[in-house]
Amino acid sequence: MCLAIPGKIKEIEYQYGGAVRMAKVQFGGITKEASLEMVPAAVVGDYVLVHVGVAISIVDEVEAAKTFAYLEEIGELDDLIDSCQL
Amino acid sequence: MKFIQEFRDPELVEKFVNELHHITTQPWTIMEVCGGQTHSLVKNGILNMLPSQITMVHGPGCPVCVTPLNLIDKAVYLAEEKGVILCSFGDMLRVPGSKRSLLEAKARGADVRILYSPLEAVTLAQKHPDREVVFFAVGFETTAPANALSVVHARRAGVTNYSILASHVLVPPAIEAVLEDELTQIQAFLGAGHVCAIMGIEEYYPLVERYKVPIVITGFEPVDLLQGILMAVRQLEAGKYALENQYARIVRPEGNPEARKMIEQVFSIADREWRGIGTIPQSGYEVSEAFAAYDANRKFSVQIEKVPESSECIAGQVLKGLKKPVDCPQFGKKCTPQNPLGAPMVSSEGACAAYYHFAAAGIAD
Ligand code: SF4
Repeated sequence: MCLAIPGKIKEIEYQYGGAVRMAKVQFGGITKEASLEMVPAAVVGDYVLVHVGVAISIVDEVEAAKTFAYLEEIGELDDLIDSCQL
Repeated sequence: MKFIQEFRDPELVEKFVNELHHITTQPWTIMEVCGGQTHSLVKNGILNMLPSQITMVHGPGCPVCVTPLNLIDKAVYLAEEKGVILCSFGDMLRVPGSKRSLLEAKARGADVRILYSPLEAVTLAQKHPDREVVFFAVGFETTAPANALSVVHARRAGVTNYSILASHVLVPPAIEAVLEDELTQIQAFLGAGHVCAIMGIEEYYPLVERYKVPIVITGFEPVDLLQGILMAVRQLEAGKYALENQYARIVRPEGNPEARKMIEQVFSIADREWRGIGTIPQSGYEVSEAFAAYDANRKFSVQIEKVPESSECIAGQVLKGLKKPVDCPQFGKKCTPQNPLGAPMVSSEGACAAYYHFAAAGIAD
């Protein structure tokens, strides 16, 4: 139900006389339409999280990378704590 | 796919699992609130990778599962008796009502349709100006902006033959209800990432403080879930309780302000009945006065008699994390996805269905 997946904005267009900002969002090989009304700052090339046809968040690439560094970071932190206790 | 594949990387998964085994020294019980997370934990075999001391308990976070019987009966009634075009998300159609599900109503000739987005329902209403279109708007906070947008959009486009049957539930009151149950064993929570993408994380601070439980806002991919569990266990092992955000690539502390504005415009907070659990105060959304014309409840004012739940289904206990699906005497016997007795066996995010689908592979035990 809360399934939402990230895709890349390929194209932005205005529908209904400019009232609705829609995007073509690419998920792997599939392209789907999504409303950009909740993410006014989104531009072509951004990755957005799409849920039931509505983009709800722009993926923050810097934060995404932190997950990959997390284990090293806590490792270093633990070392630091250990050495402080000596 | 970018931002998906990397978070499924088996090597990284292994590293997180190793670290978790390394730091866990005693038994801990953690609840993932969201059914999407339950599904991912079971599907990706993560439950079997965890140290044996860690017990994951599955929470009430499946909106389809907690939609009251009475509301399903109402949707069936609208489709059969009022001749509306009744649309919803796929899972919702198979949930048993007291007489029949929406899918069974469809088989008997009612106009029931599965849609991907509520916005499509507005288009459908434009195409059929002579018919009433009702969208069965189910969901947590994640889905509320899309459902609200459909209504705002209908008004903007001058569409008057569209309304929603709202069945919206909220996560923080559900966490509170779980913690208030005296039988609860839960020591930490994985918070529902996509709910927080909308609402932000502020409303979880009081829960952390009041109940002294760690809450880690967590994503849905295997690496996300393992990192979330690791962060929770690190806190537990250190005797700490804090709110942490594992899913910062999607969840900003303030959530999504545009989406929240959209929700506030269309919905107001109300007491809500959760199927199998009972009424939880201030735990749902109903359509606000300003959009009354788009509220199927007001538009059709249907009174449906309340019917008691099947006594054989222990969904309430499963949803509160007091029992596992396999503890249910009907699991896999009288109750299967083809022939569900209760909603958790229907939705792919329901704990019973997740266990049923993956039990064959020896994943869930
Ligand atoms: S297995 Fe079926 S009957 Fe048992 S709790 Fe789950 S949905 Fe209800």
